[in-house]
Amino acid sequence: MRLRYLTLIAVAFFSAFPLYYSVVVASRHNSALAQVPPPLLPGGNLLANVARVFDTVPFGLALVNSLIVAGSISVAVMFFSTLAGFAFAKLRFRGRNAMLVITVATMMVPAQLGIIPLYMLMVKLEWTGTTYALIVPALVNAFGVFFMTQYLSRALPTELLEAGRVDGCSTWGLFWHVVLPAARPAAAVLGMLTFMSAWNDYFWPLVVLNPDNPTVQVALSTLASGYVNDYVLGLAGTAIGTLPLVAVFALFGKHIIGGIMQGAVKG
Amino acid sequence: MSALPLAVTRRRRRSVRHTLDLRVSPYAYVAPFFLLFCAFGLFPLVYTAWVSLHEWTLLSDTQEFIGLGNYATLLADPYFWNATFNTLSIGVLSTVPQLLLAIWLAHLLNRRLRFQTLFRISLLLPNVTSVVAVVVIFSQLFGRDFGLINWVLSWFGVGTVDWAAGTATSHVALSVMIMWRWTGYNALIFLAAMQAVPRELYEAATIDGASGFRQLRSITIPMIRPTIIFVVIVSTIGAMQIIAEPMLFGQSSGGGGGIATGGPDRQFQTLALFVYEQGFANSTFDFGYASAASWLMFLAVVIVAGINFLISRRVRGGVV
Repeated sequence: MRLRYLTLIAVAFFSAFPLYYSVVVASRHNSALAQVPPPLLPGGNLLANVARVFDTVPFGLALVNSLIVAGSISVAVMFFSTLAGFAFAKLRFRGRNAMLVITVATMMVPAQLGIIPLYMLMVKLEWTGTTYALIVPALVNAFGVFFMTQYLSRALPTELLEAGRVDGCSTWGLFWHVVLPAARPAAAVLGMLTFMSAWNDYFWPLVVLNPDNPTVQVALSTLASGYVNDYVLGLAGTAIGTLPLVAVFALFGKHIIGGIMQGAVKG
Repeated sequence: MSALPLAVTRRRRRSVRHTLDLRVSPYAYVAPFFLLFCAFGLFPLVYTAWVSLHEWTLLSDTQEFIGLGNYATLLADPYFWNATFNTLSIGVLSTVPQLLLAIWLAHLLNRRLRFQTLFRISLLLPNVTSVVAVVVIFSQLFGRDFGLINWVLSWFGVGTVDWAAGTATSHVALSVMIMWRWTGYNALIFLAAMQAVPRELYEAATIDGASGFRQLRSITIPMIRPTIIFVVIVSTIGAMQIIAEPMLFGQSSGGGGGIATGGPDRQFQTLALFVYEQGFANSTFDFGYASAASWLMFLAVVIVAGINFLISRRVRGGVV
């Protein structure tokens, strides 16, 4: 009994410690890093280091870009996934089951396999270096569709839709007036999950953007590569890029965890 | 003219529109997903195969068809095999302990527990952290001269370890980063499955005097087998595609040799990083060669995931 708590507390400690330590380093001078033992408490240099981050890379622009990209992707994924989830869960049409199976199967296709032709496509569309290249391919995804299908087939009573039909609602009217309000709790979770993964996406932005117009993760990788011995700078950037997300997670973590546990198991 | 025929036409028109609405609108609702998938998922996939059969670089205007030439060159390329070995090594080192630990943690969380939510949130915290942040933080922790990990190890008489320099040590360091990020996430998925196991089974086992570990082995693991298979397959596919960790570790550990080689001696270059090197970091932008490597990587993913599927299907726990 006691051992169980001790184990879980130890695991919680190891989960949180690296993040804490990044703040410790980010709030000190580089000289403090050449110490044995290494510092374990925050110093008073955080703001100066953060200012240095903004001087070194276009971090303000990166924050705005990340907000626009992750924000618009989340809204679009919430909308299109609810739309498709509604069709799969509650409407009858020929080929529905086959299409749903195909949707789930696409989750298994490794996205990296197509990165080279995807890049060539972006060159053709002249979207390289712009945030279109990040937003447009991500407007809806199989996980979102599957997640909303699961939720709506369970949580949305068919009688409610039938009542709407009797009142003369078109399918679109049903979606707008009945489905969207009913889908709100799950859509919110999906939106948060999507926002986090879009905010944290690294590889594709690195390939398709350039350092003058980065997202947060691309800016961070510039910091980490160009200033190899300046760990303080890298970790100060890391702290600003990560803390907003950690804060959101601390506030809504309960719901997000519920969503992950619901969405993943049935796969 | 009486009003009757007009009303009839109107009603008929409305019913046509109604049928159309019922029949067609579902397709319109699922269309955005399928259109986007075809344009940005399926098309690139198929096109990669086509590109891989050509001598195809970004710099030249002509693309010469060379059949399986790229594949033949690849199979004779020692760097390709090195990357394959590294991918498998890092994959095994990170996935096996991670999944065992995740099952055990889920088992601990599956009992009546105070601060349940707090523990769950702390478990998922690493997963919210971006991969860039993880590698930058851990590169500092794994630093050779002033890193926290070497400092702690020195209490036990372990000498200074240059983590990024060696093959084995760098694979361990990368595996720790991957484990740190994903163990809690997988634990939560296992936990969700465990909560669906009927409580009576545990009550009966407790009455029979079975220990906690025995219950885990004989009840929980067999009951959540579908989830175990699911997680094993997903983790395998993820592990075969590791790229951001070695790429950033090479950058921020100061090993030199560019970001795409995975250390100066390619000691931690994974397959995905090899593809990136050939396609984007190489001065020739050799898309044909990189595409061929992508397809071989895909083949490797399918084979390894298939093997793991067969193995994990046989997991029976302790049912004797």
